[in-house]
Amino acid sequence: MVDERKLSASATFPPEVIAEIQRAADEGIYDIRGGGAKRRVPSFDDLVLLGASVSRYPLEGYRERCDTDVLIGARNAAKPVHLKIPVTIAGMSFGAIGANAKQALGMAASALGTSTTTGDGGMTDEEREASSLLVYQYLPSRYGMDPDQIRRADAIEIVIGQGAKPGGGGMLLGQKVTERVAGMRTLPEGIDQRSACRHPDWTGPDDLEIKILELREITGWEKPIYVKVGATRTRYDVALAVKAGADAVVVDGMQGGTAATQSVFIEDVGIPTLPAVRLAVEALIELDVHREVRLIVSGGIRTGADVAKALAMGADAVSIGMASLMALNCNAPLYPEDYAALGTRAGFCHHCQTGRCPVGIATQDPALEARLEPEAAARRVRNYLTAMVLECQTLARACGKSHVLNLEPEDLAALTLEAAAMAGVPLAGTDWIPGR
Amino acid sequence: MAVTVDLAATPLRDLNRRLQAIAGTSNETEFHIVNPRGAHALAVGLDAEVDVLIEGHVGYYCAGMNKQAAVRVAGNVGTGFAENIMSGTARCTGNASQSAGATGHGGLVVIEGDASARCGISMKGVDIVVGGSVGHMAAFMGQAGRLLVRGDAGPYLGDSLYEAVIYVAGEVASLGADCVEKEMTEAHRAAVAALLDAAGLEDDPARYRR
Repeated sequence: MVDERKLSASATFPPEVIAEIQRAADEGIYDIRGGGAKRRVPSFDDLVLLGASVSRYPLEGYRERCDTDVLIGARNAAKPVHLKIPVTIAGMSFGAIGANAKQALGMAASALGTSTTTGDGGMTDEEREASSLLVYQYLPSRYGMDPDQIRRADAIEIVIGQGAKPGGGGMLLGQKVTERVAGMRTLPEGIDQRSACRHPDWTGPDDLEIKILELREITGWEKPIYVKVGATRTRYDVALAVKAGADAVVVDGMQGGTAATQSVFIEDVGIPTLPAVRLAVEALIELDVHREVRLIVSGGIRTGADVAKALAMGADAVSIGMASLMALNCNAPLYPEDYAALGTRAGFCHHCQTGRCPVGIATQDPALEARLEPEAAARRVRNYLTAMVLECQTLARACGKSHVLNLEPEDLAALTLEAAAMAGVPLAGTDWIPGR
Repeated sequence: MAVTVDLAATPLRDLNRRLQAIAGTSNETEFHIVNPRGAHALAVGLDAEVDVLIEGHVGYYCAGMNKQAAVRVAGNVGTGFAENIMSGTARCTGNASQSAGATGHGGLVVIEGDASARCGISMKGVDIVVGGSVGHMAAFMGQAGRLLVRGDAGPYLGDSLYEAVIYVAGEVASLGADCVEKEMTEAHRAAVAALLDAAGLEDDPARYRR
C-alpha cells in the first residue's frame, strides 16, 4: 500500500526529467520539437500599466481617437511600409506550415492593414497574392532565393537568428519535405533538411553593411530593410544592426516559436523578450535613432496587453507567430484521436516537427491540410488581431494616449524584482529599479 | 559600340540603375566600366542580355544575383562574387576572395586565378570553374551544380555536400564530412571537357577526379 502523502517528487528529477533521460537512453539522440520555451520566464505578465487618474487624465474609451499606425523604413526606403496596426505576422516558412495556413494569415493581415512574412524556402504565389504587405526573409540557407521574389516583396528582413534558437540553423524533417517543398529548396524529397546557421557570404557587422548596400542596389533603394536577431547580446546586436544601416530591427525573445529544433535550444538558449526589449531600446536611444530605426518585438506576444506593454517599453510594433497559429486553430480541441496518435493532447501539442498537425497547419499532408479552410481560418485570425488591437487601444486610452506609440515607460510598474530589473521599470509602489 | 562609364565620375546608384533598366528595352548591350576602385555591389541584380566589362579590381558582391548578363572583371574580385547568380556568366581574370558563386542557382562563374575559402558555398545549380586553386571548404553544403578546380583544393572540400558535383585536377588537402570520391566515367570526362570549353580554359579532362 502506497501512502500518497509520503511520495516526494525530486525538484531536480521530476517525472518529466526522468522520462527525458530514459528517452535519451533509449534513442541516443536529442529531442526535437516545435513551439517555444515552455518554462516560466519573467514576461509582460509581470508588468502592469498605470491607468490615468488625477495626475494624468485618460481618454474616452469609445469616443476619443487612439491611432495605431506605424511607418517603417522612411529613413532610407523610397517605399516605406505603412502598417495600420502595430501587430505583424512573423516569418514562418512554407514547409514548416502549409499553403492554406500561409494564405489565411495573409488574408487576415491584409484585412487589418498589416504585414506577413515569408520564411525559409522562399515566397509562394499564394502568400504573395493573399498579402497586401509581404516581408521577404533573406535567410542563411538562401533556399529558393530568387531576385525576382525580393523585388516583389514590400520589405526585406535579413534573418540572423530567431528567439527559439539563436545561433542555430533551421530544421525541416523529411516527412514535411514534399515534392513542392523540395523543389523550392533544391533539395531531395523526403530527406531531413538542416539550414545553415550563418550567412554564406558575410560575417560580422562590416560585411552586413555591404550586404545591405547590395540588397538596396538590387531593389532600387525602394524597400525597407529589417534585421532580425534572436535575443541574446541584444544591446550590441541592435547597435551593430543600426550601424550596418537597418531600417528596422526585429528582436525575437526566447519564448519565440519554431516548427522544429532541439529542445535544449528552445529552453536553454537566449534571453526572455522582456529584457530584450529594454536592451534594444537602450541601444537605439544611445545611437539617437529611437523611433527612427523601428523596433519590432516578438516572442510570446499573446494579447493587447502584451502589445501595450511592449510599446510602452519603447518598441514600435510587435510580431506574432505562435499566437497567430493558435488563432488558426493550433492546439484547438479538435480531432482528439490525432493528438493521441502523436502522444499528446490539445493544449499540450508541440509536434509541428512531425508534419502530422491534427488541425492542418504545420503539415504538408493534403488530407490534414484540408482541415484548415483558408477563408474561415482567416476570419479567426482577423477577429483575433482586431481584439488584440482594441485591447491595446483601450489600455493606451486609459493611460491618456492618443496614439499607441505614445505609451511610455512611465506608464509601467513591475510586480516582481526580476521583471523590474529586466524591464528597467520600477517595482510597483516604489521608485526602485534594481541595478540602478 | 560599347558605352563607357567612368565610376570615378558616376555614382554607383546611377550605374546600377542604368544597367538594371536595360531588361530588353534598350539598344545598349555593351558596357565598359572604368575606375571601379574596389567598389562594392557593382553590376548587381542585372536581368538582360548585356555584356559588362569592368576594368580593375572590385569589392564585395560584384554581379550579385545576376540573370542573363555576361559580366567580366579584368582584375580581382572581393567577397561574394556573383553570389546567388541565376543565369548568365560572371568571369574574373584575377583571383577571387571568399564565397565566390555562393548559393548560385544557375549560370556560369569563371575565376581564372585562385578562389579563396568557401567558393561555391551552398551552391544550388550554378557551374563554377576555377582556373587556379580553391581555399578551404569549397562547395560547403553544395546542393546542386558543378565546381571544377584546375589546381588544388584546400581542406574540407565539399563538406556536408548534398548533390553538387566537384571535379579537381590537382591535390586535395582533405575531404569534408559526407564528401566521397567517386569514379570518373566517360560521361564525367565529357562534362569536364564541356565545362572547360564553356569557361574558355584549356586542360586535359583525363587529369580530373570526381
